[in-house]
Amino acid sequence: MEIKSKVIKYGDHIDTDVIIAGHRLVHGSNISLLAKYAMETVDPDFHKKIAQGARIIVAGRNFGAGSSRQQAPEVLKESGIKLILADSIARIFYRNSINIGLPAIIAEGISSITSEGDILTVNLETGEIKNLSNGKVLNAKPIPGFLMEILKAGGLVNYLKNKLFSERLV
Amino acid sequence: MATITEKILAEAGGVKRVSPGDIVNAKIDVALTHDALCGPVANEFRKLGLKEVWDRSKIVVTPDHFIPAKDIEAANLYLEMEKFVREYGIQNYYPIGNHGICHVMLPEEGFARPGIVIVGTDSHTCTHGAVGAFATGIGTTEMAAVFATGKCWFRVPETIKFNITGRLKRHVYAKDVILNIIGRIGVDGALYMAMEFDGDTVKNLSMDERFVLCNMAIEAGAKNGIINPDEKTINYVESRTNTPFKIFKSDENAVYREIIPIEANKIEPTVAEPYLPSNIRSARELNNVEIDQAFIGSCTGGRYSDLKIAARILKNRRVASNVRLIIIPATQKIYLKALENGLIKIFIKAGASVSTPTCGPCIGGHMGVLGKGEVAIASTNRNFKGRMGDATSKVYLASPATVAASAVTGRITDPRDL
Repeated sequence: MEIKSKVIKYGDHIDTDVIIAGHRLVHGSNISLLAKYAMETVDPDFHKKIAQGARIIVAGRNFGAGSSRQQAPEVLKESGIKLILADSIARIFYRNSINIGLPAIIAEGISSITSEGDILTVNLETGEIKNLSNGKVLNAKPIPGFLMEILKAGGLVNYLKNKLFSERLV
Repeated sequence: MATITEKILAEAGGVKRVSPGDIVNAKIDVALTHDALCGPVANEFRKLGLKEVWDRSKIVVTPDHFIPAKDIEAANLYLEMEKFVREYGIQNYYPIGNHGICHVMLPEEGFARPGIVIVGTDSHTCTHGAVGAFATGIGTTEMAAVFATGKCWFRVPETIKFNITGRLKRHVYAKDVILNIIGRIGVDGALYMAMEFDGDTVKNLSMDERFVLCNMAIEAGAKNGIINPDEKTINYVESRTNTPFKIFKSDENAVYREIIPIEANKIEPTVAEPYLPSNIRSARELNNVEIDQAFIGSCTGGRYSDLKIAARILKNRRVASNVRLIIIPATQKIYLKALENGLIKIFIKAGASVSTPTCGPCIGGHMGVLGKGEVAIASTNRNFKGRMGDATSKVYLASPATVAASAVTGRITDPRDL
């Protein structure tokens, strides 16, 4: 699986409250409505950037810190984000992201070789990241095998459905 | 030679021993969710097409975020939760009237027990490590998987041990200690790791205070916070449940990633400035910061001991005329005890607004949302941008004592200077 796209760049410690504010969570599972408020407090141009073709988020340390709200990766995915790359990713956000089928790669050093608007190609299986705008390459640890299985199934629900179904056949 | 976290995960995974980095598929003993996320979990669970949850007796549902319903959307979320509880016969449900903040309810009702694995759809689930359990937050979809299978995978974390020793100064509390620890290691200083709190200072802390230490492990990025159980823990748990439990403790020669000594007697009343819990200063350094609102409540400031400290400070004093003081007991039981013991009377006479248990203000939900440019000091655990309301508002984190003192003067105030 290879993803090629323009980059939206953020700094360190982008927390889940700024990805989607706590008071918006009254909308529960209405992700298409919640997505309108994605990044509202820190990046009012977020949706404009996506409309202009940027589908990869590159961030610094500790992306997705804080709350366990799964709506955080969900609103990013719903808004059109295809991949998250960060120097480090908060653990609950990372799990949530994989579980809803949004690839996320912990790629230490990625923020120092990427600028807003750069074009990247990323190989999810090998972890190879090429910055086509400046020629730099970063080899990140690929997504672990069993998480890749979840991603390929389109998320944990589909993965589990397939598993439960095959277990019933046995 | 293993840490308490490793021992619990080995037991739950059905293996003899584990090392950091191993993946275990752990049996879950308690699965917690609340009004904000029960509906979304139910939606994911239904997609699996199962008729039953894995164990109706192990799921706990405690509405707390947007209750009593703050608007129509919240009311509908509440309905989704109730529908799920009814449809699947969830046995442990605490609706309005019997409600409270989930991380205070879980220990109060005897669900937090030593040696078990607890997951919750809330990042502050790490609170429950204070009884010597492995407890951590997970997302909606993952909880649906737990409801289906009773299991969850974990990578065994490395552990950082905080050896906290010495006497705390007057008006220095667990909140000040944990803010100092986060200030020292940073908001990602324990990313993916376990934070084990040990030392004579911890042994001398009440259970209420120990919960605050573990609650904020997530604010350093940790997977879990944990404290080795002692007699105090056992007495606390046994007085709340008859369910048997197994005690695990870290071995003397357990391997830690790092052991960080913390000198308790050097810690001052501490405040975290916006927008990170690691931005710490002493309360005295921030004495010129004027506040519009003070909030005492939440899963790190609404326990009975917190209210008692606040009452001691507010007795025969008045809240500054330009400040709103909001006090929210964390559970119905705490509220009633505070009422019976005269605390609520002290609060109201001081000019505070007291309300029914809810997480409301901490997440900018309701019961004390901040407007443009407003400044609050709060006994909560997060001061992210826009956390309590408008994106231009600011939240300073502190102990209930510092919040109460600040409410009286209208400026951030060290409770010893009142």
